[in-house]
Amino acid sequence: MAAETFDLVILGSGPGGYVAAIRAAQLGLSVAIVERERLGGICLNWGCIPTKALLRTSEIYHYMQNASAYGLSATGVSFDLAKVTERSRKVAGQLNAGVKGLMKKHRITVVEGNGVLTAATEITVTTGDATRVLTAPNVIVATGARARDLPGVPADGIRIWTYRHAMVPPEMPTRLLVIGSGAIGIEFASFYNDMGAEVTVVEMLDRVLPVEDEEVSTFMLKTLTKQKMRILTAAKVSDVTAGAGDVTATITTADGTATTESFSHVIVAIGIVPNTENIGLEALGITTDRGHIVNDGFGRTNVAGIWAIGDVTGAPWLAHKASHEGIIAVETIAGLHVHPMDKAGIPGCTYSRPQVASVGMTEAKAKAAGHDVKVGKFPFIGNGKAIALGEAEGFVKTVFDAATGELLGAHMVGAEVTELIQGYVIARQLETTEQELMETVFAHPTLSEMMHESVLDAYGQAIHI
Amino acid sequence: MPIDITMPALSPTMETGTLSKWLVKVGDAVKSGDVLAEIETDKATMEVESIDEGTVAELTVAAGTEGVPVGQVIMRLQGEGEETSPLPASSEGSGVGSASAPPAPPVVAPATAPLSARQAASPTSPPRGEVEGARVLASPLAKRIAQAQGIDLAGVVGSGPNGRIVRADLEVVVAPGAKPVLAAVENPPPTPPLQEGEKKVAAPLPVSDIPHTFEKLGNVRKVIARRLTEAKQTIPHIYLTVDVRLDALLKLRIELNAALEPRKIKLSVNDMVIKALALGLRQVPKCNVSFAGDSLISYTRADISVAVAAPSGLITPIIVGADAKPMSVIATEMQALAAKAREGKLQPHEYQGGTASLSNLGMYGIKQFEAVINPPQGMILAVGVGEQRPHVVDGALAIATVMSITGSFDHRAIDGADGAELMSAVKTLIESPLGLVA
Repeated sequence: MAAETFDLVILGSGPGGYVAAIRAAQLGLSVAIVERERLGGICLNWGCIPTKALLRTSEIYHYMQNASAYGLSATGVSFDLAKVTERSRKVAGQLNAGVKGLMKKHRITVVEGNGVLTAATEITVTTGDATRVLTAPNVIVATGARARDLPGVPADGIRIWTYRHAMVPPEMPTRLLVIGSGAIGIEFASFYNDMGAEVTVVEMLDRVLPVEDEEVSTFMLKTLTKQKMRILTAAKVSDVTAGAGDVTATITTADGTATTESFSHVIVAIGIVPNTENIGLEALGITTDRGHIVNDGFGRTNVAGIWAIGDVTGAPWLAHKASHEGIIAVETIAGLHVHPMDKAGIPGCTYSRPQVASVGMTEAKAKAAGHDVKVGKFPFIGNGKAIALGEAEGFVKTVFDAATGELLGAHMVGAEVTELIQGYVIARQLETTEQELMETVFAHPTLSEMMHESVLDAYGQAIHI
Repeated sequence: MPIDITMPALSPTMETGTLSKWLVKVGDAVKSGDVLAEIETDKATMEVESIDEGTVAELTVAAGTEGVPVGQVIMRLQGEGEETSPLPASSEGSGVGSASAPPAPPVVAPATAPLSARQAASPTSPPRGEVEGARVLASPLAKRIAQAQGIDLAGVVGSGPNGRIVRADLEVVVAPGAKPVLAAVENPPPTPPLQEGEKKVAAPLPVSDIPHTFEKLGNVRKVIARRLTEAKQTIPHIYLTVDVRLDALLKLRIELNAALEPRKIKLSVNDMVIKALALGLRQVPKCNVSFAGDSLISYTRADISVAVAAPSGLITPIIVGADAKPMSVIATEMQALAAKAREGKLQPHEYQGGTASLSNLGMYGIKQFEAVINPPQGMILAVGVGEQRPHVVDGALAIATVMSITGSFDHRAIDGADGAELMSAVKTLIESPLGLVA
C-alpha cells in the first residue's frame, strides 16, 4: 500500500491538534490530522463548550427564580432536561461543524480512524477494515486525556458518571455526590445545584478548588454552602456501589467518622489520565513522566521528529494551553523564532456561580518562592457596576513582588471574572509593573474597575474602600 | 536650552571609553545624524552621531582622553538663536571633574515615577536612549530590574518581539561570569581579581637592557587579556580531538561554488565547518549551553562566534542562527563581518553573544590545537589544516585529505561523552556533507 506523505501529521484533533494544523497550513506545510472520534476533541464536543451551554441554562434559571430581586415576576418557572441537554449538544455540534469547515478551508487532510505511530515518521490509521499509512518528517501527538476512574469502580453511565455522562444526563439527579472539587467537579456541582439537585461535594484536600488562592477557596466554600451545597473537605469516599435504584458510598470525614449514604448519582471528577496507550509510544521509546509525555517546552519529545502537546503532556489540563503549545511546536518545526511555553502565564477559569479566574502565583506560593509580596484586594461590594448588576459578592486579589513591582499573580471570584482575567494576563505577558497598571484608565462603570482598585490597594492607594 | 552630549554606553562591559577623535569643532553647525566623534570602546572604534541640531558650544573633553566615564558630558550643543554659555562646573551631578566614577544620572521626571525614588538614586549610567535618542525597547519590568541592578540595557540583546528586552534576557546577563560589568552576581565576581592581575601585568617590568620598545595596551588587547585569563582560571577545560576526512566536503564545495558562481558567492571550507558545528550543536543540544553558577542555560539556536584576527587583536563576530541559515548566507555574512572586523567597525551586537565559537588556524598550516573557551559559552571548536595524509581506507593505506578538529568544552556544564557526541556529529556532517545542504 502506498504511503501518503505530508510535512506534518497530527494525532488528535482537540484544541491542541486542530489549532496546530491550521497554524501549520498557514505556514505552508502540508498537514494531515488523525481523529478517532469527533473533530474538536473533548473541548468542543464533551468539555469546555457544552458545559458552558449547560451552565448558561442554570444561570438563567437561577435569575428567573430570583426575578423579583429585579422587579420582575416569573411564575411557574421550570425546565425540560431533555431540551436543556439538546441545546448543549446543538452548541457542540455547531462548533464541530465549524472545525470541519476550518480544516477544509486550510486544505488540511482529515483522516478518521485510530492512528498508531508505526515508526517515528509513520502513522498507520485504521478505520474498520481499511488502513491508511501516513508519513511525515514531523509528527505531533495531541491525543489528550480522559477522566480518571475510581479504583475498581469504573463509571457505568447509569449511576456512576464521568463528566461525559454528566453532560447528557438521562434523568435529573435528586441526590448527587460529586467526588473531587477541581474546576470540573465544581462546575457540575454548581450546575446541578442551581437546577435543584441536592448536591454533596467531597474533596480529599483541605479546601475546594485546591489550585486556587486560599482566600478564593475559603470564599467559594462559604458561598456554595450558602447556596445549600454540602461540602466536605479533607474527606474521602470509598465503597461506591451502584444498586438498582441508587448508589451508596462511604464518606470518611476529617474527624475519622465514616458514614454510608445513598445517592441517586455520583460524578467522579478526581483528575485525568493521559491517552498514551496503543498509539505506539512504547515501541519508539518516548519518555513519559507519570504517564505524561515529556516535552522540552517547545513540544519536542526525546525522539527526533516526534512532538507532543496538550493534556497528554501534563498540567495544566486546559484547552488554551494545548492550543498555545500546538502553535509553539509548529512554529518551531517551521524554524520560526519562538519562546518556550511559560506555564506561569496560563490563566485558569472555573465557570461556576460565582465564577473563579486566576493567573500566576497564589499568595502562599509567591511567599514560598521567596518573594516579599504586596497584596491588594478589592471587594465587589465596592464596585458600582457590581451593585447595579445585583452581583455584589466576590473580590479581586493581586499579588505583587515588593522589590520589582512584578504582578506575580491575580485571583478573582465573582460575576464575569472569567472575562476579566485576560486584562491581567496581558499585563503579565507585557511585563508591566504596578505603575503602568495604576496609570491605566479603566472605563466607568465596569467590573474591570475592581482590577484597578486591587492594584491600587496593594500600594495603599485604593479609592473606594 | 543647551543640550549636553554625554559619553554613551556602547556595550554592556563599557564603563569608560577613550575619546579618540573629535570630528566637529566649536562653532560648527551640526544636524541630526552628523558624526560628532570617534570613541574607542573595549572592542571597537565607534562613531557617535548627533540626534540633535544646533551649534557646537563647547568640547569638554579633549581628543585622546582615556577613561572618560560613561555618562560624563563630553560636549554641549547650543540650540538655534541661543546664547552660548560655559558649562557650569556642577551641573546636576554630571560635572566634568568626577572622572573617577560614573556620575549619578539626573533624576528623570520624578513626577511620573513616585514609587521609584529608591531606584532613581542608584548609581547607574543613564539609559542609552537618553544619549542617542533611540528608544530602548524593553518591558517596564525589565527596565526596573535593570535600573535596580545597574544593568545597561543598551548592551542587552532582547528576545521579545522586535528585539524587545524582557526579564528573561536580563537573567541571562546576570548569570555569573556572563558580563563582568555586573555587580549583582552572588558568586565572587571574577572582575576585581582579574583587574588586579591586569595591573600587575601592566606594572613596569624591571628595566631590561635588551633592546625593546614599549607600547601601551589598547582596549581590545586589555579585554582579550582579561577574558582569556578569566576563562582559563575559572573554566575546567576538556579537549577532544578527532580526524575528519575532507574529500567529500571539498568535492561538494566545488559543485556548490559552481552553482553559486552566478550569485558571486564563494563558500570557504570554514563557512562549511561553521554550518557543520551549528548543525552539530542542534543535534547535540547538551553542548549548546552556558554554565551559570547554580543553573544551566540551554540555547535552542546555534549562534556561532567566529574568531577573526583583526589588526587590533582577536575579535569574534557572530553568525546568528547558523543552524538555520543556508551556507550561501553564512558565506556572505562572514565576508561582511570579517571585513568590518578588520576595519574595527563591528557594532556591539555583531560580536557580543554567541552560543559557541569556532577558531580556524588551518591557513597557517597548524595541524591541531586547543582553543580557549569564550565565556559564557560552553565550547569552542579549533580547526586545523586540511592536508593530504596517509589514511587507512577499507583496510588499505591510501592518501586522503584529512583535518584534525579539537573541541574545548566547559566540563562544569558538559560531560566528556556529550562533548564526544558533538565531535562525532560534526565529523559525520563533514564527511557526509549533504547533511549541510539538506
